[in-house]
Amino acid sequence: MVERKTIWSTILPHAVLILGVLIVFFPVYVAFVASTWDPATITNGQLGLLPGPYMIENYQRILFTGTSSSTREPVFNMMFNSLLMAVFIAVGKIFICILSAFAIVYYRFPFRMAAFWIIFVTLMLPVEVRIYPTYKIVADLHLLDTYAGLTVPLIASATGTLLFRQFFMTIPDELLEASKIDAAGPFRFFKDTVLPLSMTTVAALFVIQFIYGWNQYLWPLLITTKDSMATIVVGIKKMIVTQDALTEWQLAMATAVLALLPPVIVVVAMQRLFVKGLVETEK
Amino acid sequence: MEKRAVYSGYLIPAALLLPQLLITIVFFYVPAGQAVWQSFQLEDAFGTTTQFVGFENYQLLFKQPEYFKAMGVTLVFSTTVAFLSLSIALLLAVMANKQIRGAAAYKTLLIWPYAVAPAIAGVLWLFLFQPSLGMLAQLIKGWGIDWNPLLNGNHALVLVVLAATWKQISYTFLFFLAGLQSIPHSLIEAASIDGAKPVRRFWTIVFPLLSPTTFFLLVVNITYVFFDTFGIIDAVTGGGPSAATTTMVFKVFHDGKSGGDLGLSAAQSVMLMIIVIGLTAVQFRYIERKVNY
Repeated sequence: MVERKTIWSTILPHAVLILGVLIVFFPVYVAFVASTWDPATITNGQLGLLPGPYMIENYQRILFTGTSSSTREPVFNMMFNSLLMAVFIAVGKIFICILSAFAIVYYRFPFRMAAFWIIFVTLMLPVEVRIYPTYKIVADLHLLDTYAGLTVPLIASATGTLLFRQFFMTIPDELLEASKIDAAGPFRFFKDTVLPLSMTTVAALFVIQFIYGWNQYLWPLLITTKDSMATIVVGIKKMIVTQDALTEWQLAMATAVLALLPPVIVVVAMQRLFVKGLVETEK
Repeated sequence: MEKRAVYSGYLIPAALLLPQLLITIVFFYVPAGQAVWQSFQLEDAFGTTTQFVGFENYQLLFKQPEYFKAMGVTLVFSTTVAFLSLSIALLLAVMANKQIRGAAAYKTLLIWPYAVAPAIAGVLWLFLFQPSLGMLAQLIKGWGIDWNPLLNGNHALVLVVLAATWKQISYTFLFFLAGLQSIPHSLIEAASIDGAKPVRRFWTIVFPLLSPTTFFLLVVNITYVFFDTFGIIDAVTGGGPSAATTTMVFKVFHDGKSGGDLGLSAAQSVMLMIIVIGLTAVQFRYIERKVNY
């Protein structure tokens, strides 16, 4: 370090960072505390900062029975739908993007750049700007309230193709030449050389897209009407009723904790891949 | 950059591209095209006949006071969130970039809210500020403020700004930290030898060198507020009270849901498309500049 350390210069960063961490944790901690108390304690505004004795009861109830008034769907089913959606979107994206990037980088064919631009421009068309026409197409294809309708329209994306294209560009040409000398076809080259080299990129993209899929809100809100198809992020909204007396806050907060835990665990457990994916998809 | 060694033939690449192109055309181009087409059409009340009306829907849209209100809300919302998230994240990143014990642990403890869905972030903050039972609502009521985001539009806006900022700090922090780490140490040491104190060093050397990152994050934060905060608004305020938190994206959703004018709703979608194209173009100019750096 350039300067001599003073007590002040050591304490200040820690103080600021600890404050930041506390602010970041606070809402989630309060939600957790609320999910361990009974409704009376919460509605009377007597919630403190210590967990109560109702944790197992509340989580058991919300996971397998659901709330009593608003949506009666057990949250376990919602989590299953969310998981299916997140995994299918992530795997589907990786699958179609790695194939299209391979075609664009390793083949010369007419309309190659046109294909690239057709994919590239979709960066500028987030689902929010074309919401109702897309909804109508899904409805016309009879895909409302199906897993296909929930996921397929979201798996095409420019980000994945761009990411793989960028990575393929860094693979040395000599590898392809060597593979050609060994008389290996494009399929062998893809399977034995490109795919193994791409595993880190695949994993990083999986982390980002899993979070993207799990956290979808607007699309499942429109596409699913049945409670049995609801994802957890959409399901929680139905638990919060404007008439406060009807909201079972301890159950809603347990749902919030269950909704944020899986993607947060993914980020923390795979932090290195997450950061890599995040930084590279933004390039 | 092009590959030297490549394969030829077009059946295989066509087959490889097919799934992506098919989905892209069916779910991106067709609906986007329909939105543009519908924005020039007028549908009668029964939805049986349509008629080409040129820019009439747009003229109608720009006569709606509600539309201007939504634009204003979006502007206030996005600038506030961008300002708060950039300043807080920069402060935290500068601190985390110092050679202190546990820097890696702080990073982990600060980045996870990225993974929390906007709607869930909204629900967490709603619970804290729920007027009758929320922990923080009781606190500020104790200061004599008649806090009620369900009735007071400004309070509702404060609530969604807090939730949106809370979620966005993690992302902004991560990119600021990466930007800070790429600044050469020698520059800072040189300034320090010249006698510049830490604060002065920050504003004259670090902050200017960080400006491409700051600019990039500004655009990303604004895009985030435009499109990704839909979940927060829908779960926390439902666009209310009296449209105080209705952003442009929320208005498209809301107007379409209530089965309103198709052409008018399409015109709103097209306006949003133009905004995304603008924001993306700005972002790409930044990337080009970064390459030339």
